[in-house]
Amino acid sequence: MSDTIISLQGVTKEFETKSGKVVALKDINLDIKAGDAYGIIGLSGAGKSTLVRTINLLETPTEGKVIFDGENLMSLKQSELNQKRHKISMIFQQFNLLMQRDAIGNVCFPLELAGVPKKEAEAKAMELLKVVDLEERAHSYPSQLSGGQKQRVAIARALASDPEVILCDEATSALDPKTTRAILALLKKINEERGITLVVITHEMDVIKQICKDVAIIESGEIVEKGDVQEIFAHPKTPAAKKLFFPDGQKELTGKTSTKSRLRLVFDGKDAHKPIISRMIMELKAPVNFLYADMDVVDGVQKGTMVICLSDDPEIAEKQRAFLIKEDVVFTELEVEGEVE
Amino acid sequence: METSQLIGLLGEGLVQTLYMTLVATFVSYVIGLPIGVSLIVTSSNGIKPVGWYNKIMGFIVNVVRSVPFLILMIALMPYIRKIIGTGIGTSATTAALIVAAAPFVARMVEQSLLEVDAGVIEAAQSMGASNMQIIRKVMLLEARPSLLNGAAVATITILGYSAMAGSIGGGGLGDIAIRYGLYRFQPAIMWITVIVLVILVQIMQEIGLKIAAKLDNRIN
Repeated sequence: MSDTIISLQGVTKEFETKSGKVVALKDINLDIKAGDAYGIIGLSGAGKSTLVRTINLLETPTEGKVIFDGENLMSLKQSELNQKRHKISMIFQQFNLLMQRDAIGNVCFPLELAGVPKKEAEAKAMELLKVVDLEERAHSYPSQLSGGQKQRVAIARALASDPEVILCDEATSALDPKTTRAILALLKKINEERGITLVVITHEMDVIKQICKDVAIIESGEIVEKGDVQEIFAHPKTPAAKKLFFPDGQKELTGKTSTKSRLRLVFDGKDAHKPIISRMIMELKAPVNFLYADMDVVDGVQKGTMVICLSDDPEIAEKQRAFLIKEDVVFTELEVEGEVE
Repeated sequence: METSQLIGLLGEGLVQTLYMTLVATFVSYVIGLPIGVSLIVTSSNGIKPVGWYNKIMGFIVNVVRSVPFLILMIALMPYIRKIIGTGIGTSATTAALIVAAAPFVARMVEQSLLEVDAGVIEAAQSMGASNMQIIRKVMLLEARPSLLNGAAVATITILGYSAMAGSIGGGGLGDIAIRYGLYRFQPAIMWITVIVLVILVQIMQEIGLKIAAKLDNRIN
C-alpha cells in the first residue's frame, strides 16, 4: 500500500498571456501513495486546479515529469495516454454530465469509449448506480436530478473504468453542507473499501479534515507545506497554512493591543469529550477567555481547534499551561504581534 | 386562368421549390457540417487547435457568405452551365443554392457547437476519449437540439433563396410569382404563391421546433 502511484517531479507550468508569461505552477514535487486520500488545499487562484490537471495531462507541464504507476505520462503518445486515462478518473465541481444522456447512459459512457459491449456496460453501470444509491433514478436525465444526485452519477461514472485514482476537483464546492458530507462519506468509503487513491482539490479545510490522510498546501503556484493532516493541523508552520487554519475572524485574535497569552488548542478526537478546560478553570480558579472554537464530528469523533486567552497574571498563566501539558492537550502559542496577517 | 390550371401551375411550382430546397439543404449539410465541426475543433480553444486552417477556412466561409445570393448565382452561372449543362432551371438553381448555403450551414453548426459545455468535453478527455469520439459522442450529441433548430432556420433561409432564384429563371414558386405577378400583371397569382410560401415556412419551422424539443433531454 505504500507504493507511490503518482509522482510529480519538478512540475512547472507557464501560460503565455497577452500581458506576458504567467507562472501557474512552480517546481512542484509531490509523491502520492497508492490508497492514500491526498488533499491539495489552497485559496482560489493558487493553482490547485491546474495542478490536478497535470496529473492526467489535461494541462501539459512546461517542465518536469508526471509519473503514474512508474511511467512518465509525458513520454506517451496520445493514444497510449488515452489508455492510461482510463485508470485516472476525475470528478468536477460542475459535475460535467452529458445532458442528453440519462444517468445510466452517463455511467456507460466511459465503458463505451473503452469498447465494452452495450449489454455488459449497462449491467456494470447499474451495479455502480447501486453503489452510489441511485439505481431508481437510472433513467432520469441530469436536468431532473439535484446537485448531490448529479455528483453521485459522476462518481459512478468515475468508477466505471475501474480506476486506480480518482481526481476530485472541488467536487463538493457547488453543494450544500449536508450534501457535501454525504458525498465526502461516499468518497471516503470508496477510498477505504476499494483502495482507490483519491486526490482531493479544495479550498475548504473541512473537506480535508473529513477525508484526507495527507495534505499539501499550495500558494501562488508553489507547495509551501505538506505532510500528515493531523500533524499539519496541530502544528501549522507556514503563514499560508495558518491562514487556512485560521478563518478571517481570527485575525483580531493576534492583534497588537493586548499582551495576554493566547493558545491555540487542537483536539484530534481522543480528548475532545473530556471537560478539560472546565476542570482547568475550576481547579485553578482562574477564568479563561474563549476567543474561537471550531469543533466538528468526523466519524463520530470530535475534532477541531479552539483559541483561548490565558489569565493576565503570568503566574496563573504558567499554571494553566502546565495543566494543559499535563492533560496532553496539543497547543501552540499564538504570536501576539500578529504574524498571521 | 382557370382554377384547375392555376392549381396545376402552383402544384408544379411547389414540387420544384420543395425539391430545390430539400436537396440543397441536404447537400449543404453534407458539406457544411464537417466544415462547421472543423472550425470549432481547430479554433484556438478547440480540442485540436490548427491556427492556419482555422483562419483560411473561416476566411473562405466569410467571403462566400458576404456575396449577395443573387449576385453569387449570376456569377456562378457560367461554371454551373459548364458542369451540368444548363445555367437555368431547378438543377442549376440547386447547385447555386448549395454553394451559397454550405458556408451558412457551417456557421450555424459552429454556433450550435459553441454552446456545448467546455466542462463536458474536458470530462470526456479525462476519460481518455479520442478527438473523434468527442466529436461524435459528445459535441454532436449534446448540441443536437440546437443543431436541429439551426437546420430549420437553414431550410427556411434556403427556401427564401430558392424563391429569389425565380427572378432569373430558377423555377419554383418564386419563378411563378415573378412571371405572373410582375411580367403579366396578375397580382392575384403572385399573392397566392406568397401565401403558399408563408404556409411552407410555418410548417418547416414547426416541424423543426417539434423535433428539436422532442429530442432534447434537458427539459421534461
